[in-house]
Parts: sequence; structure tokens; C-alpha cells
Amino acid sequence: MSSTLPANRAAFESASKADPRDMTNPPPNNVKRRSPWADKLFGWTAQAAAWLTLGLLAGILMSLIFGAWPAISKYGLGFLTSTTWDPVKNEYGGLVMIYGTLATSFIALLIAVPVSFGIALFLTELSPAWLKRPLGTAIELLAAVPSIVYGMWGLLVFGPILATYVQTPLQKAFGETPFVGALVSGPPVGIGILSAGIILAIMIIPFIASVMRDVFDVTPVLLKESAYALGSTTWEVVYKVVLPYTKAGVVGGIMLGLGRALGETMAITFVIGNFNQLDSLSLFQAANSITSALANEFAEAAEGLHQAALIYLGLVLFFITFVVLSLSKLMLAQLNKSEGTKT
Amino acid sequence: MSAVLHDAQHNVRLAKFGRRKLVNKIALVLSLAAMSFGLFWLFWILWETVRLGLGGISLATFTQMTPAPNEAGGLANALYGSLIMVALATFVGTPIGIMAGIYLAEYNPKGWLASVTRFVNDILLSAPSIVIGLFIYAVVVSRFKSFSGWAGVMALALIVIPVVIRTTENMLQLVPAALREAAYALGAPKWKVIISITLKAARAGVVTGVLLAVARIAGETAPLLFTALNNQFWTSDLSKPMASLPVTIFKFAMSPYENWQQLAWAGVFLITVAVLGLNILARVLTRSKN
Repeated sequence: MSSTLPANRAAFESASKADPRDMTNPPPNNVKRRSPWADKLFGWTAQAAAWLTLGLLAGILMSLIFGAWPAISKYGLGFLTSTTWDPVKNEYGGLVMIYGTLATSFIALLIAVPVSFGIALFLTELSPAWLKRPLGTAIELLAAVPSIVYGMWGLLVFGPILATYVQTPLQKAFGETPFVGALVSGPPVGIGILSAGIILAIMIIPFIASVMRDVFDVTPVLLKESAYALGSTTWEVVYKVVLPYTKAGVVGGIMLGLGRALGETMAITFVIGNFNQLDSLSLFQAANSITSALANEFAEAAEGLHQAALIYLGLVLFFITFVVLSLSKLMLAQLNKSEGTKT
Repeated sequence: MSAVLHDAQHNVRLAKFGRRKLVNKIALVLSLAAMSFGLFWLFWILWETVRLGLGGISLATFTQMTPAPNEAGGLANALYGSLIMVALATFVGTPIGIMAGIYLAEYNPKGWLASVTRFVNDILLSAPSIVIGLFIYAVVVSRFKSFSGWAGVMALALIVIPVVIRTTENMLQLVPAALREAAYALGAPKWKVIISITLKAARAGVVTGVLLAVARIAGETAPLLFTALNNQFWTSDLSKPMASLPVTIFKFAMSPYENWQQLAWAGVFLITVAVLGLNILARVLTRSKN
């Protein structure tokens, strides 16, 4: 014992000063190293930070309800089904914006889900190993591009091209067909629900694709190899083994993408056209979404009913995204849980 | 007779096999197409950003104020406002995020508070940022009756927090328990173990999280629209409305004036380079660590 310990404390301290990383000797007992107050303080600070996060959610919810109260008490739930939005007459209803938000997100999902599935399939099963990382990064960078960049590109570059090469031909081909004709009526100017939906799709592809890729990677190799050994093709392995195994995670990823699409603001504000009327089913028609109404009108809205109605819209948006994101979280957690029991 | 039957069966099986192979081929080609579809947009957007943005960049972009329509000018005040607000928001949000992340990973990670916080945090991470703007408007702007740089800082800080919490927690969980146990065995108190052992071991990951958060808020427009608002002139007074690059781009891009649009493209170029640069830097950092 005494042979490993320095003879006295001073010697120990000089030794430890000489090389603080030399930890082969245990510290002597009488050093005052316990500082319960520092420990407690640190623990409390950490806990307080966690509470703050919870408080943030509660605060957001309360401030939205409080701010929207004049509109909630005046319109109640009828706000959600009324299409009038008239700041001049001070009459408000949110259906136009809610419809715009839901319709654009729906189009976005329609495009993004199959594409993301294809990308995830490519990254997990097809891509050569050395390409996986750069390709995965490239797709993730698509999520990093700021939404204002998408917006400006969408309005000034993509919109006109969509109008000339997609909308006009579609209108020529289907303009007379019943039902489909209604969808493609309206001015083909590259602004409206369709353009917003397509740009949203590009923006949410990276989110859905990277969740799908991650859950596909979770599938036990044993399962996949067994299926291959039985003579399955790659597609059959993915469709009949990987997909059923990761179902919950895939749905969770789609929900995450939907949550993102619903709350996306700037890109939509640029391309949706900010038109507060709902008089046709056309996908080419300029419309409005909750987020773009807020972005365009809120700073200029007079305090009172106009502002309260906008905050009411924000509350509706927050509620919808909250539900969608919670579902996504639960789905993904379910996959992790079942993974734990199966292995 | 049986030979004929066998032959027929064989043919059916062969046909089925052919169909399966065809389906497989189609699926794989479609998957390749999906991959190219994704990359196509990335390269198109980047190409247009460089093509239209690079030409508008000059020394004046960094030294002159945002101009009136059809006058020469730059983006100096917007760049300055963005830098100040992003820096302060990171400065405010990071410690809170790291502390909460520490709580989730090191203190009672399975307790109800940690579980609920984790859940709420994941929702805040993807919550619409414009709602954060509404919240700060209600709490700060409408109370003090003025749009201000501080309100912008707070809105951005609230976006930093969830990003940092998430990465800090994940990175702390990767630190082997043996490291902590060794430190405890030496008699170190918990706070010291966390600060000088676990947090230090997870440093690269935590820094990555902060970089990603900076990248995220640098491009955020929505939460600034009704907190910091905009300002045509240079101001370093955070209690006044303050210009920022994204909000300026928004205003200029929607305008019909040629020079404003030119400046907006220059701004888009700068912001894209900065944000993608930060993202790639963050990735390189974690990669070298792994």
C-alpha cells in the first residue's frame, strides 16, 4: 500500500500537478472533494432546463388560446367551416386556409411517399456501399436548404416552367373531360395549389426517405437473407419481408413528413398565390394556406378580431401538427418496442 | 402423359418466374428513378442559386445598406442583423439545450419527466416555426408594443433549444458507461463527471448539434416576420426592429423591382452557401469522430 502511495500529501500533489492525467494512484482520502451544493445546483439546473421545454409547449398553447380568444368566443367551431375572410367587414372564417393547407400537404404526400420509398429502397438494397453515404447526404442536404430558397426558386424558376410545360399541356389534354377538367381549369400561371404541393413534396422527401432508410436498416439481416435464400427477388424481399416488418416505422416517417408539410411557411407563401377564395376545385387556382395567411397578414393586421382570427388559425395548425407528430412519434416508438421483443 | 403434364407445369412455373423477374426489374428501375428524381431537384436548385446569385455579389453587397427600389445598394444591414440575432440566439439557446439534454441522458433517463420532455421535444423539433413567431409575438412584442431584435433573438433561441437537446442527449448516450463508472470510482461528484468526462467525450457530437441548430436558424424566416420585423437601415439597437437576411430576401423577392430581385438572389446564394456549408462541416465533424 505505502509503496504505491506517495509518502505525503504534498508529494502527491506535486506529482499530480506534474501530470494531471496520471490517474494510476487513487486520490488520498482527506482531500475535500465532496461539494454537495454544487452537485445539487447542477442537477436542479438540468431539471429546470427540462421543465422549461415542457413549459414552452404549455406556453405556446396557452398564448395561442389566449390570443385567439376573441375569435373563438365569437365564432366557435363554425370558424372552421366558414369561407368568408373579409378584413374590411371584419368577418372571418378559416376554411379556405385550412383547405389550402390540407390540399397542398395531400399532394405533397402523394408525390413524396412513393419517391421516398424508392430512395430508401435504393439506399438500402441497391446502392454500392461506397455510394451510400454521399447519396444519403445529398438527399439529407435537400432538407437543409432553407425554405426561403425553395420559395424564391419556386416562384421565379419552377413556376413558369411548370406553367409552360405541364399545366398548359394538361389543360389542353383534359380541359374538356368532366371532373378532371375541373381540376385543371383556371389560369396556368404556375402559382397555386399544385405548385405549392410539388415544392412541398421536394421539401419533405428527405425527411420521409431518411426515416424509411433508417427503419429498413433495422430489419434483421437474418430475415432478409432467409428470404433471398428461398429464391425471392430484391423487390419481393423489400415488399414482403422488410416492409411488413417496418410498417409502423414507415407510417411514422410519413406522418413526420406530413407534419413538416403542414407547418411549412415560406416556400408556400411564395407560390400559393395568397388568394382568399374557394370557388373552384382547380389545382391551378391560387389559394391560401394557414401559414401563408399568417406570414402575409399578421404583421399588418389590426389588433382585435383580425389578429385573433389569425391566431385562431395558428392554433388550428398547431393542433393538427401536434396530433400528426404525436402519432408519428408513437408509431416509431412502437417499431423500437417490437424490435426489442423479437430479437 | 405425365411427362406432358410435367412440362406444362414447368412452363407455368417458368412464366411465373419470368414475371417475378420482370416485376423486380421494374421496381429497381423505378427506385433508381426515384433516387435521380431527388438528386435532380437538389442540383437544379443549387445550380439556379449559383447562376442567379453569384452575379449579384460584389463588394457593395457587404458594405452598403438595403436600397430603395431602383437604387444601388447592398445587404450590409441585413447580414449584420442576421449575424447578431443568430449569434445571440445560439448563445441563449445552447446552454439551455445542453442542460436539458444532460438531464435526459444523465439524470433519471427513464423517469416520467424525461419521457414527457423527450416526447414534447420531438414535437417542438418539427413544430411549425411560424407558431413560435406567434408565441413570441404574444409574449414579447404585444406586451412591449414594439417589434424588436430581442424578440427575434428569443424566437430563434426557442428553435435552437430542441435541436441541441436532441443531439446532446443522443451523443451523451453514446459515451460508454465504463467511463462514468471509472470517474465515480475515483470519487468525482456527479456534476464534475458530467462536465469533465461525459460532456468532454461527447464534445464533437454536441458541437455538431449546435452547428446544425445555427444552420437551421440562419435560414429561418417565418419566426422573424412578426418579431424582429425588418429595417431598411443599419441598427445595432436590439430593442428596435431589425433587418435579417431571410426577411429581406422575402420582401425583395416578392417585389417587382429588378434591383431588389437581384439582391434577393445574392442573398439566397449567401444563405445557401452558409447553411449547406455548416451542414457539411457538422457531418465531417461527426464522421471523423466515428
